[in-house]
Amino acid sequence: MLAYIIRRLIYAIPILIGVNLLTFALFFVVNTPDQMARVQLGDKHVTEDAIQEWKAQRGYDKPLLINSEAEGSAVLTDTIFYEKSLSLFALDFGKSDAGRSISADIQQRMWPSLAVALPTFVIGISVNIAFALFIVMFRASVFDTGAMILCVALMSISGVFYVIAGQFFFAKEWNLVPISGYLPGADAWHFLVLPVIIGVISGIGGGTRLYRTLFLEEAGKDYARTARAKGVSELTVLFRHILPNGMIPILTSVVVVIPSLFMGSLLVESFFGIPGLGSYTLDAIQSQDFAIVRSMVFLGSVLYIIGLLLTDISYTLVDPRVRLS
Amino acid sequence: MEVFDVRLHLLWSDILIFLLTGSLIAFAVSLYRNPLTRARWAQVFESRIGAASFMVILFYVVIALVDSVHFQTKLEAADDTSGGNSTSVEKVHYAPEATSLLDLVLAPMQGKDEKTYSAPFAIHSFAKETVELPEGGVAREFPRLKFGGGHLENEDQHAEDIIVKSMTIIGWTLIPVLVLLSLHHLFIRDRASRLPWPVIYATFAIIVTASSWAIYMSQFYHVLGTDKVGQDVLYGAVKAVRTGVLIGTLATLVTLPLAVLLGISAGYFKGWVDDVVQYIYTTLNSIPGILLIAASVLLIDVYIETHPEQFKLLSDRADFKFIALCFILGMTSWTGLCRLLRAETLKLSQLEYVQAAHAFGVSRWRVIMRHILPNTTHIILIALVLDFSGFVLAEAVLSYIGVGVDPSMKSWGNMINEARAELAREPVVWWSVVAAFILMFILVLAANLFSDRVRDAFDPRMSGSGGGAADSGNGKA
Repeated sequence: MLAYIIRRLIYAIPILIGVNLLTFALFFVVNTPDQMARVQLGDKHVTEDAIQEWKAQRGYDKPLLINSEAEGSAVLTDTIFYEKSLSLFALDFGKSDAGRSISADIQQRMWPSLAVALPTFVIGISVNIAFALFIVMFRASVFDTGAMILCVALMSISGVFYVIAGQFFFAKEWNLVPISGYLPGADAWHFLVLPVIIGVISGIGGGTRLYRTLFLEEAGKDYARTARAKGVSELTVLFRHILPNGMIPILTSVVVVIPSLFMGSLLVESFFGIPGLGSYTLDAIQSQDFAIVRSMVFLGSVLYIIGLLLTDISYTLVDPRVRLS
Repeated sequence: MEVFDVRLHLLWSDILIFLLTGSLIAFAVSLYRNPLTRARWAQVFESRIGAASFMVILFYVVIALVDSVHFQTKLEAADDTSGGNSTSVEKVHYAPEATSLLDLVLAPMQGKDEKTYSAPFAIHSFAKETVELPEGGVAREFPRLKFGGGHLENEDQHAEDIIVKSMTIIGWTLIPVLVLLSLHHLFIRDRASRLPWPVIYATFAIIVTASSWAIYMSQFYHVLGTDKVGQDVLYGAVKAVRTGVLIGTLATLVTLPLAVLLGISAGYFKGWVDDVVQYIYTTLNSIPGILLIAASVLLIDVYIETHPEQFKLLSDRADFKFIALCFILGMTSWTGLCRLLRAETLKLSQLEYVQAAHAFGVSRWRVIMRHILPNTTHIILIALVLDFSGFVLAEAVLSYIGVGVDPSMKSWGNMINEARAELAREPVVWWSVVAAFILMFILVLAANLFSDRVRDAFDPRMSGSGGGAADSGNGKA
C-alpha cells in the first residue's frame, strides 16, 4: 500500500511539470511581461520607463529561461522560470502582481470556500441518493418516466439561472436570507444557507439521473433477484442490498472532487459575495493578475492529483477484490 | 436603397458554419447508407420525444444558418456631394456593419429603439420622466413609448388590441398551416413510415405559429420589452441563437478529431503511445478547466489589442474572438471523450474479429478504419450531442465571468450579465433574463432529450451515465 502510494506520488511529478510548463508558456512566452505591464498600467501611451519599473518591481525583468549574464548556478536560477514557475513546486506562491502575499491570501480564503463547498457536497450527494432510491423504488412506472424528464429539464437550466432565481425569491421577495455577503465566525450560516441550497438544487438533475442508473444496474443483478425470491420485502432489498452495493461506484466516483472543494466555486462565490478562493480567482482573472491565476492553476492541479490518488485508495477500501499493484 | 446594392461579407464563422452543416449532411447520408445505423436512427425518430426535439433543434439551426448570411448594404451617397460634382465617379460606400438575412426577417423589431427599459407589450416607458404638460408646468410620469403601441389612439384599447391582433395572426397562420399539413397527411405521407406524424405536425404548427405571431406583433409592440438602451429584447434573444448554436457545434467539432485520433491510437497501439496520450489528458484534466479557458481568452484579448490592423470591422474582431473561444473550449474538453474511446478501443482490440483480421494480415490502418472506428460511433455520437448542450450552458457562465464572447456580440450569456444588476430594481426588470432563459432552456432541453434518445437507440446499456460532457459547464468548476 505504502509503496503504491509512493509510486503514484512519483508519477504525479511529470504531470505537475507538464502543468507548470504549460502555464509558464501561456503566461510568459505567449503573453510577454511587456504586454502584462501595458495591460496593468492601463494607458496605451505608457512610457517605456514605467514598463521597466513595473517589471523590475515584480521580478519580471529577468530573462525567461537562461540568464547568460549571471555566473554559476545563477545562470538558471536568476530567471523568471526558476523564480516564478519552479518555486510553485515548493508551494511558494510568491506575491501577486498587486503586491500581496498569495499564500497568506489562500490560507485566509480557503475557509469560507470550504464552508460553502463542503455542506453543498455532502447534502447534495445525500439528497441525490435519496431521490434516486425513491425513483428506483417506483421503477418502470409513469412516476419514473416523469421524474426522469424532470431531471433532464433541471439539467438543462444554466447554473446562472438557479443563482438568479434563488437570490430573487429567497432573498429579495421573501426576505428569508441576506442576498449576498459573508461574516466570519458563527454568524456565517445566515450567508451560507442560500448558496448551499442553490448548489444542491442545481446538482439534483444530473446527480439523481446518474445514481438512478447505477442503482437500476444493481437492482437487475442476480443477488437482488435471489433476495426477492427468498421473500425479502422490496424495501429491505432496496436498503439492505442495493443501497450498499450501489454506494461503491458512487463514492469512488465522487472522491476525486473532495480535495478540490478547497478551491470553491467561481460562480456561487462571486454571485454571493463570499470571500473564498473561487471569488479570489475570479477577481484575479478580471483584474488580469496573472500571478494569482498561475498559482491557482497549479494548486488546482495538485488537488486534482491528490483526488486521483484518493480514488484509487478508496477502491481498495470499499472493494477487497481490488488490489493495488 | 435598391435591393441588390449589397456586398456579401461572410465572416469566418459564417464560412465555418456552412462547411459544418455540409459535412454534417454528408455524414448523415453516409450513416443512412448503412442499414444497421439506419435502423437505429429510425428508432430515434420514431419516438415522440426524439422527433419533437429534433424538430426544435432543426428550427434553431435554421435560424443560425439564416443569421449567418452576412452582407453589407450600400450606403446612399451623402447629400452634399451630389450637388456640385455629380459627374465624378462616386466611390461606392458600404455600411460599416454587416447585416444578415435574419435581420431582414426581423426587420419589424429593428430600429425601433425606445429610450430605456419597457416591459413586454408595454405602451409606457419603465422609467419616470419629467415631461412638460401642454397646459404648462412639469410633471413626473411614465411617458408613452415611441413605437410600442404607437398606433393606438386611445390607451384604453391596449389590452383589446393585443388580443385582437394575436387572434388575427394566429388564425391567419394556423389555417394555411393546417391545410398544408392535412394535404401532406392525405396525399404525400408515406403510409409505411412509422414516424410519429401527429407529434411532428403539432411541433411544426407550434413553431410556425409562434414565430409568425412574434414577428407580426413586433410591428406594433415590443413583445419581450426593451433593454437598458431601448433595444428590442426579443431581437437580441433571437440573434443570440446563432452564437449559442455555433459555439455548441464548433467547439464540439474541435474536440472530435483530437479525441478520436488520440483515444483510438492509445487504445489500439498501447505501449508508449498509450503512455503519452494518458499523460497529455491527465495533465490537461488536472488544470481546472475554467481557469485554463479564462487564461487563454485573456491571451486572445491581448493579441487583439496588440494587432488592431488585422480586424477592420467591429464584427470581424468579435468574430475572431468568438472562433478562438470555440477552439479554446474544444481544446480543453476533449479529454472525456478521449478516455471513453481509449477504453472502448482497448476492449474492441481484444475481440475475436479484430484478432482474426490481424491474423489475415490486414493492415493496422484498415483494422482501425474498418473494425474499430465504426464500432465506436455510438460513443462519439452520444458525446457529441451531450457536449453540445454543455457548451451552450458554458457560454452563459463564461460570459458572466467576462471571458466569454465579445460584449458587442449578442449572446444569452451577455444578456443575463447585463440584466442581472437590474433584478435589484423595484419593480423588477425581469424580461431580459426570462427571454434568455426561455430560448436557452428550449435549445438545451431539446438537445438533452435528443441525446437521451440517441443513447437509448445506440447503447441501451449505458443509459444514464453522462459521457464526455463538458464539465466546465454548470459552474461547478
